[in-house]
Amino acid sequence: MKNSGYYSQFGGAFIPEILVPTFDELESAYLTAREDESFWQEYLDIMSTYSCRATPISRLDNLTEQLGGAAIYVKREDLNHTGAHKANNVMGQGLLTKRMGKKRVIAETGAGQHGVATATMAAKFGFDCTIYMGAHDVARQRPNVFWMEQMGATVVAVTEGSQTLKDAINEAFRDWVSNMDDTHYVLGTACGPHPFPEMVTWFQSVIGTEARAQMLERNGKLPSRVYACVGGGSNAMGIFSGFFDDKDVELVGVEAGGRGRGPGQHAARLAYDDATIGVAQGYKTYFLQDRDGQMQDTHSVSAGLDYVGVSPILSYLHESEQVRFEAASDVDVVAAMQKTVRNEGLIPALESSHAFAQAYAEAPGMSPDEDILINMSGRADKDIFTVADAVDDPKWRQFIIDKAKAYSEDMNNA
Amino acid sequence: MHERVTALELAIKKAREKKDILLMTHIVLGYPNFDDSLRVVEDMVNAGVDLMELQIPFSEPMADGPVILKANAEALKRGATVEKSFEVAERLTREFDIPFLFMTYYNILYCQGIQTFVDRCKAIGIQGCIVPDLPPSEGEEYLDAMHAAELSPVHIFTPNTPESRMRHLSDNSSGMIYCVARKGVTGKDTAFSEDITNYLSLCKNTTELPLAVGFGVKSKEDIDYLRGKVDIAVVGSETIRVMERDGVGAVKGFIETLVT
Repeated sequence: MKNSGYYSQFGGAFIPEILVPTFDELESAYLTAREDESFWQEYLDIMSTYSCRATPISRLDNLTEQLGGAAIYVKREDLNHTGAHKANNVMGQGLLTKRMGKKRVIAETGAGQHGVATATMAAKFGFDCTIYMGAHDVARQRPNVFWMEQMGATVVAVTEGSQTLKDAINEAFRDWVSNMDDTHYVLGTACGPHPFPEMVTWFQSVIGTEARAQMLERNGKLPSRVYACVGGGSNAMGIFSGFFDDKDVELVGVEAGGRGRGPGQHAARLAYDDATIGVAQGYKTYFLQDRDGQMQDTHSVSAGLDYVGVSPILSYLHESEQVRFEAASDVDVVAAMQKTVRNEGLIPALESSHAFAQAYAEAPGMSPDEDILINMSGRADKDIFTVADAVDDPKWRQFIIDKAKAYSEDMNNA
Repeated sequence: MHERVTALELAIKKAREKKDILLMTHIVLGYPNFDDSLRVVEDMVNAGVDLMELQIPFSEPMADGPVILKANAEALKRGATVEKSFEVAERLTREFDIPFLFMTYYNILYCQGIQTFVDRCKAIGIQGCIVPDLPPSEGEEYLDAMHAAELSPVHIFTPNTPESRMRHLSDNSSGMIYCVARKGVTGKDTAFSEDITNYLSLCKNTTELPLAVGFGVKSKEDIDYLRGKVDIAVVGSETIRVMERDGVGAVKGFIETLVT
């Protein structure tokens, strides 16, 4: 391996020896694709015919008026096929997989969005597909598991460790070290060993490129602030990368504040002081870990942000103060989501609702001449069980009770 | 002769004068607990084990299969720490006259401070380290510290490793080279057959260091197959399996079946 893929001191490729030739092959395929304009054209074609690119920008008229202050705009990544920005990365890596001549894809998933997106891509391109998902996440995201299986993917519930995203990543690597000859690992976020952080950012940069042009076209000026939620960091890297050269645009990453500060209570690696620099899952970044370097449990109402590490590129942008990091609590996130649903008819995923919560907190303090832009990374259909519990909807509860009763009667009659 | 002959390499060569193959075993420190770790090592040494790998538990053991993965997780759940691992390792190196190596993941070294970790290894008589997620290109500080302390950084050859890369790994190693017998993680079966013979002769031709072979080695037949082809057979997950199935007391009998 070349000693590359560093962003200041973060990143690298800390990989088992068996995967070194596989990463060399991947890096070479990626660099060749970047040089080849026809690759990007093919990518844009597929994203505009199979997914919904370019996704629009919506102005939140009612909430802008209600909250006062800055005008609020939303980049609609929820309108991608499968309902999230994950499609951008997955279709790009799918095209690369075809170029490398591989026949099988594997992926980890937290919320299930990346798993569904990968299963979709595999169905379209004719790849075999296995998805690793923490057993804890399988339990809270059944609708996504259902669709992955309908699309022909094998979903493996990972019962190791904390049974969430990091454990799914470990299991995907364990599969890959056995099956690298015919298998590509479609890592879902801008984390992991080089070239994944850079490559995933490249595919997601389509969000920022579009958003910048759309804001300029619509308002003749750029937004003052851009908000994105940060789990691994791919949607944030995607939208932020459109604005890196615009010094007057403040970039705000919003992490999972969960139940507040303290070990095990949240998944805020950069906004809080609980994380330290370490090396795990193949890369160096800030991790929520103890003094020995053992990863700690994390908590978030949203499975997709419930992760111990963060993109090494974001750790660098944090240290160089090019991105400001904040954390939104579970309670504020659910409230921001309900507010968006009720007032605008948009249904942001719990992950994306972190960005909304922070934006709603800051907008009233800004001038009406200013615009702000929120990346709505996904929609919340998958969160219906979690949200119904959070808002404690009695009709939903009754529906589930009736449904369960009908199922058990069916089973008894069978 | 290459330029960096370490105590580990000398010890291996000396032991090889009396045996045509050596046996290296692997335990996870603190699994099922530290008292049992001590007892298992004592039984292993008495049964005729020549070298041992002591794994310092890590929460994300990416290269390990289900058996060792579970042992790592259980050890941590029962309160294993890096500090306690060093204490127990120190006792072992003092009480038993065989070479001991640490096996662990890079974050354990990184969080200790690499120089501190290496200094402490030296101080307690650990002879080498296997760090499976640290390729030489990422490990400059570690390699410099290990070589300066005359300890052995052991790298891994795999069936996917091209010859040029094997030479690069060998140049950065001392003591021995660890050859994994197949793709995949620890603890799954390996078919010891002709394919492996070709791979092992390539390994042998690309390094002057002693060769150890692990991953799926679990019976006297496997070891007999490796006899004459390499210097060391490594039995890892299987001893943990025996311990889990038949109790700590069964390990000695199992090792004796391997060395007779």
